[in-house]
Amino acid sequence: MKRTLLKSLALAAATWALGHGSALAQDKPAELKIGITTFTSGAASVFGVPAKAAAEMLIEDINKAGGIGGLKVVPTFIDEGIGGDKMLSEYRRLVQEQGVRTMLASISSGNCNIIAPVAEDLKVLNVMWDCGTEKILEAKRYQYVVRTQANATTEMVATVLYLMKHRPDFKTVAVVNQDYAWGRDSWEIFINTLKVFKPDVRVVAEMFPKLGASDFSTEISRLQALRPDVVLNTSWGGDLDTFVRQAGQRGLFRGNTTFVMPLLESSLERLGAAVPEGIVAGARGDHYWAHPETASDPRHKDFVARFKAKTGANPIYPAYHMAQALFGLKAGYEAAIKANGGKWPAPEQVAAAMRTLKFKAFGREISMREDGQGLEAQLLGVTKRDPRYPFAVIDQMVLVPAELVTTPVGQQSGNWVKSINPALAKVLTTSQFQTHAFK
Amino acid sequence: MASNRIVLVAGALLAAVVAVTAAAPWLKTPVLLALANGLAVCGVIVLIRAGQVSFGHAMFASLAGYGVAFMGRAWQLDALLLIALGTLGAALAGALIGLFMVRYRGIFFGMLNLAFSMVLFSVLGKFGHVTGGTDGLRFDRPTFAGQTLERAGFETALLALALVLALAAGWVVMRYFASANGQALAAIKTNETRLEYLGISAKRVFWGGYVLSATLCGLGGSVFALTQGLVTPEMGYWVRSGEIVFIAILGGSGHALGAFIGAFVFEFVKLYAAALLTGAWQMVLGLVLIVMVFVAPTGIFGLLSRRLAGAGASR
Amino acid sequence: MNASLFVLALMDGVSYAALLFLVALGLTLIFGVMRVLNVAHGSLYAWGGYFAATLGLAITSLTLPPWLALPALLVAAIVIGGLLGTVLELTLLRRILDKDPILQLLVTFAAFMVLEDLQRLIWGVQPVFVSGVVDQLGTLEVAGVTYTRYQLLVLPAVAIAAFVGLRWFLGRTALGRQVTAVTHHREVATAMGVNTGRVMWLTMALGGMLGALGGALASPTTSFTPGIGADMMVLSFAVVATAGLGQIGGAALAALLIGLARSFAVYLMPELEVLMPYLIMVLVLLVRPEGLFSTVAARRI
Repeated sequence: MKRTLLKSLALAAATWALGHGSALAQDKPAELKIGITTFTSGAASVFGVPAKAAAEMLIEDINKAGGIGGLKVVPTFIDEGIGGDKMLSEYRRLVQEQGVRTMLASISSGNCNIIAPVAEDLKVLNVMWDCGTEKILEAKRYQYVVRTQANATTEMVATVLYLMKHRPDFKTVAVVNQDYAWGRDSWEIFINTLKVFKPDVRVVAEMFPKLGASDFSTEISRLQALRPDVVLNTSWGGDLDTFVRQAGQRGLFRGNTTFVMPLLESSLERLGAAVPEGIVAGARGDHYWAHPETASDPRHKDFVARFKAKTGANPIYPAYHMAQALFGLKAGYEAAIKANGGKWPAPEQVAAAMRTLKFKAFGREISMREDGQGLEAQLLGVTKRDPRYPFAVIDQMVLVPAELVTTPVGQQSGNWVKSINPALAKVLTTSQFQTHAFK
Repeated sequence: MASNRIVLVAGALLAAVVAVTAAAPWLKTPVLLALANGLAVCGVIVLIRAGQVSFGHAMFASLAGYGVAFMGRAWQLDALLLIALGTLGAALAGALIGLFMVRYRGIFFGMLNLAFSMVLFSVLGKFGHVTGGTDGLRFDRPTFAGQTLERAGFETALLALALVLALAAGWVVMRYFASANGQALAAIKTNETRLEYLGISAKRVFWGGYVLSATLCGLGGSVFALTQGLVTPEMGYWVRSGEIVFIAILGGSGHALGAFIGAFVFEFVKLYAAALLTGAWQMVLGLVLIVMVFVAPTGIFGLLSRRLAGAGASR
Repeated sequence: MNASLFVLALMDGVSYAALLFLVALGLTLIFGVMRVLNVAHGSLYAWGGYFAATLGLAITSLTLPPWLALPALLVAAIVIGGLLGTVLELTLLRRILDKDPILQLLVTFAAFMVLEDLQRLIWGVQPVFVSGVVDQLGTLEVAGVTYTRYQLLVLPAVAIAAFVGLRWFLGRTALGRQVTAVTHHREVATAMGVNTGRVMWLTMALGGMLGALGGALASPTTSFTPGIGADMMVLSFAVVATAGLGQIGGAALAALLIGLARSFAVYLMPELEVLMPYLIMVLVLLVRPEGLFSTVAARRI
């Protein structure tokens, strides 16, 4: 692994040197065409459709303010729901037939896995705007691929820390996750991190119902019989909705179990009154329409209001991830143009510029690392009912700084989480972990 | 349709494919996928000749594809070797499963195939540590005939190979149909008991046909895997098997050329319908199929051959 | 596994089996009479669920009395199932009865594709869930575990009622006997003066209603999303194939078998849960290709 890492670093350095050596100025195109992959069909369209709405809104804003580098931004959307192979064909068609050099892809980690090497081959800038798999940027050093949000490791380690602050003395834990890469990996990271801080925690049940399962009654019965202290559920979309409703109907939330649902933020409005108080909720980053630090920021308020007018609901994390990707892209292009003496930059120059960027969307500032990974704070909290809203809100919010919970450059998450220093727990009592109430 | 006309049509299609992919390189991927599909459809038309339809044959494509992925990851074999081994694996599986399968006919045959394919699908999805779970397995681009090629070169080479394989498969299938075994296979549909009276073991003939169909599906699956660099359990889902049968009828189940014509039409309708009418492409294809069944049950190939035969006869 | 977990697994298995049974019942009935395997049956389940959810939402928004929720489910199933069943029969199934069996299967497969997309165009992609009924009926405790009355009482009750009702209809009413006659031999029944066209329409409507009923009853506890029809299709197919095509009583037992196998798997070997229905199907078909309960038919030469 070390040899591969050294080889990739050497290759990256050589390519960088070569790139900088040759004349990199490109002819300035008439408009900036970008391709965006998102789910507009299938189960994950609960994420993809809001994200598309956000993209359309924000691109219109950017164009009204003069575009990127003076060029109008023209997006083309690809539906990830048509399947990995068809999506790949469309991706390549956009690049090779229509000359698109900037792509935002994807929501599904599986699709990111397919696309990252293709983008590198085709030499187009690829911004991973939503997929969470940490494995892509850890396995290889990419020149054209960056990620403008956190990854699964950051999300799950932050979740562990919040849980320990919220309920420090628990002994047993169970998991009900969707049976696919995210469900399995998120559990692995969670339990390995937890064992660092609580080596004698006991796992009483590991249940992985299949993705898209419509009935969790057996799993719920088992949880009721076992009565664990903590239950982790990283499901999303229809699966999470079904689980929450069925659990509520069966009275599973009435016991002493603390439920931890890192993707609950995206389901809160849809679930309405079905969400009880006291569930630890995550938002895959510091996204929330009632963000403790930016909710009263006029730019953010305007975004929330317009999004609600356009789609009928408050923005959820995919919309924010899209915003981060677009703002990061804009900042990256502007930095690259400046570094290139005002001439239009090539994709690898923009990618290089993005790797040293700090930019702000609607949350805290995001800083990008040399390996392309973005450092994004994580918002976690506990659900609460507020009479002003027909749905649950997130209270006792903590913004976990990314630097504490992201795998360092060059390391693999699997190993790093096991080597975390338990003394990190001391940070729970510092001001970094102060709680913000919902207003 | 006269055999020289068939050669003409095949040749024309081949020339069209080469010209189009040279002009628009991004088309190589959909063409490769269509060819892979076409190979699998060839396998299914062998079964249709015996009057049987399998709603589970995508499992052989899936097995071959996963075999290619495993071997590609573990041993970094050459692409040609991977295709050969993947297909061999599917053939062996077909031979083994065929031993049970040949006792069934009609709806029970279809159901048992479906059952096997769903067991495989569930296993591939569940045992993620080995199979990569529902996200599937990725593998790096292998060498081609010993050469390390860039993406563009690899795809051109793979396309050339796939075209050769398609022609070969088509030829093998038609020769098989014309052979004694192939004729006996057709007799299973018309009157199996009489076949037994002749002293020919229907089960053995059917087994031979089943192995051939599994091999062709496996060949298609291997090409598919190499084109994508990724295999997922969806390759073996029952809806996939249904699509293969769909294409067989769409293109025309009487001739191997129909299989490929159907595969190309299906692939490109799906691609453009998905781009233009996101969310309604399944409906479009479904309606097309219903129309075809009522208007032209012998498929596009049937329509073509009638046209060309008519043109020839009127001379 | 101790006694209380055994009881729990039993309860879970039974309520899941009740839903499976209703859907499989429709499928096997249609096959029995029309000798066509209706691949679009899964879509009927999905449509039943979506439509029931829409009706449920309408009840709350029109502030109609809440006790209407349960009967509304039944009404929804009858309306949409009957409607779709009739449409399918008139436009497609009636015209393919004498075609090649492969073509028959493909036509219903094409109908499935069309219905899936239509469903998505109508109801969108967001998960749909209307649970008023379940909340109204409350919960009860068994072996320290809380179950909803809906799941433990209503679902099995409806399934049993459907089973008994269908048996009575087929065995004791004139129309039902005609249906049975057509199931045995369509030509002879026609020769005897049975209006087979009407019988087939009725069967299709009835089968459709049963499939939609499964969906409607599932909608208060399950989120309906695109793709749910395809999954239910292959599951109900597993039940029907295990039981034997056209076997109604057998379908009940097969549904119980598969439902219990699945729920016990969750307690004992959770990794095998997804496999169970198909494993059972393979094992049964290998030993008895016609299903567990099929009758021996004389071979016609």
